[in-house]
Amino acid sequence: MDEEKVIISNNIRRLRFFAGEMTQQELADRTGVTRQTIVAIENGKYFPSLELAFRIAHTFNVQLSEVFAYYPENDPVHKKLSAKQAKKEKQ
Amino acid sequence: MGHHEKQSIVSIIGSVLVIGFYSLYVYRNYIQADMELLNDFQFWGKSFLYLIPVAIVVQIVIQILFAIANRIITQEDISDITDERDKLIELKSIRISHWIFTAGFMLAMGSLAMGMKPYVMFLTLISSGFVASLASEVAKIIWYRRGA
Repeated sequence: MDEEKVIISNNIRRLRFFAGEMTQQELADRTGVTRQTIVAIENGKYFPSLELAFRIAHTFNVQLSEVFAYYPENDPVHKKLSAKQAKKEKQ
Repeated sequence: MGHHEKQSIVSIIGSVLVIGFYSLYVYRNYIQADMELLNDFQFWGKSFLYLIPVAIVVQIVIQILFAIANRIITQEDISDITDERDKLIELKSIRISHWIFTAGFMLAMGSLAMGMKPYVMFLTLISSGFVASLASEVAKIIWYRRGA
């Protein structure tokens, strides 16, 4: 995946490793989703709902920010809003 | 290939088989004998009403057979959970099929407005329903591969 374009990344693979090499199926069972959904989240192909994100964090007993990281500099919406804000401030 | 993708492929095959055999059955047993039936509203009404339950029953039977065959061949336990991603993909595919059927409905009404025979309208309606259902399953396969 192109690192430059990552808006939200996750540490699920690492967290699974530190949780005694928890399998994707185990994590899926503990969070009430299918293994395919965990695979999609891990690969950055699907962004979970806030509820599921918290459930994943709770499963690993960590804060949400330890599971997911947000990169505003790669977010086109954030860039657009920032440019708009800067323009307003200039005026 | 994931279970949902396989299910969609089976569903596409089921739809093609149902519409293919049903069309052939209706053509051979009714239309071939009396071409005038094509302009008979009662005939089209009955054809639609019989097609819907037949299609539902055949799809259920095909999915059950697929689930049994898949269990025997792959030995994998299929989760019966429908999670948020499944629901999202289902909604997106329903939206696709809705738009396609709406376009087909407009075409069907357009054919009537242009003075075409009623059977053109009914054939367009059936075709758009069929294409909408295929597109929905193809969309599901694409989204399951993409992530959502």
